[in-house]
Amino acid sequence: MTDPLMPRRREVHPVPYWPEYKTSGTRSPSLPLLSMESTPSEETGPRFGHSLIGPHDNNLIVNYTQGAASAVGERIRVHGRVMDETGRGVPQTLVEIWQANAGGRYRHVKDTYFAPLDDSFGGCGRTLTDDDGRYEFMTIKPGAYPWPNRANDWRPAHIHFSIFGHAFGQRLISQMYFEGDPLIDRCPIAATLQDRSQLDRLVAPLEMQQSRGMDYLAYRFDIVLRGQRQSMFENKPEGM
Amino acid sequence: MVQPLETLVETSSQTAGPYVHIGCIPSFAGVQGVYAEDLGLSPISNGAQGEVITITGSVFDGTGWAMRDAMLESWQADASGRYPGQHGADPAVSGFCRFAADADSGEYTLRTVKPGATQGRNGARFAPHISVWIVARGINIGLSTRIYFADEDNSADALLARIEQRPRVDTLLAHKTGAGTYRFDIRLQGQGETVFLDL
Repeated sequence: MTDPLMPRRREVHPVPYWPEYKTSGTRSPSLPLLSMESTPSEETGPRFGHSLIGPHDNNLIVNYTQGAASAVGERIRVHGRVMDETGRGVPQTLVEIWQANAGGRYRHVKDTYFAPLDDSFGGCGRTLTDDDGRYEFMTIKPGAYPWPNRANDWRPAHIHFSIFGHAFGQRLISQMYFEGDPLIDRCPIAATLQDRSQLDRLVAPLEMQQSRGMDYLAYRFDIVLRGQRQSMFENKPEGM
Repeated sequence: MVQPLETLVETSSQTAGPYVHIGCIPSFAGVQGVYAEDLGLSPISNGAQGEVITITGSVFDGTGWAMRDAMLESWQADASGRYPGQHGADPAVSGFCRFAADADSGEYTLRTVKPGATQGRNGARFAPHISVWIVARGINIGLSTRIYFADEDNSADALLARIEQRPRVDTLLAHKTGAGTYRFDIRLQGQGETVFLDL
């Protein structure tokens, strides 16, 4: 039997509907969610092995050309640890990222922004955490870009993160922002987090001690997934 | 003062945005050559036991528009109700699939095996179901729901029993449209809004 997940603390997540983020208007449920204790469907989840991961997968500077050329932009290392709410590292879990290039342009059929594509940059990467839950990527700092929302909205520089954990109920997609970016406070998507202290936790600090001279700057981004409750009383019949 | 609780707080969600495919289904975005193949192309491989079924549907926004940019993930038990990784589970069932609404029609397709019934703690019973997670631009935190099957006995299901307004149960039922084919539409908002889950 699997362990129940700690209930998701909805108050630390974005509000589903935020008027200044216009698309959320028609894409947010208006009825309450059905809440109950997790079941095996949420307490189990897909696992991915090392055979999935190619040698360049976590290096976005070179993975689009498979090492033949380097992407344009400010070279950065993004690293951190995936933990659960109990503080334990989440080992061997898949972390995927995607981002715009240094000019703020995505390599996507739907992105028509006139900043140019970079022939050497695809914009996706993935890796498995190690036994302690640590991960790292090499990439370039993405550019800010304008987007169709209000007449003059710009996304702060950000990297999208997708994390699996070990249970389907831990599944999480979020975004990492960069320390000191003045666009964070002006972004309607960042503002879907009504609690500023939660937004601050999405802002990665520059970490000079993990940077490498004449090579790259480092940003640190730790991630916390839902935990699982463990009790020796857990498998007793209800109420006993 | 009391002893501090040494628990961490879950990282906040942010929308997957319109370009989620780059990271999750690169070939859909037009990004080729980074990975050998997209992750989660199929929840089953050759030899999977049970009835192979195809589920088709759309994700509709509050105006009734079939969204062209939704990304979905599914997770399920095998035909005998065992989750991948559990003892005796069908090795040909990975249980996980990732799929996107078609960029032209807004329809998704999931080909899998019909899962078996499962059991939870304290004898809780669950009718055959597939868990689904939906992300897209404008969805600030991924939406969870379940596909049950109208042609199965759902009367003892511990989750469906929690739905007070009984007509809403139908929003979680896939309806048979032919031999091995089902229809399951998801409505994010408004008339016929799908029951979304917080488990």
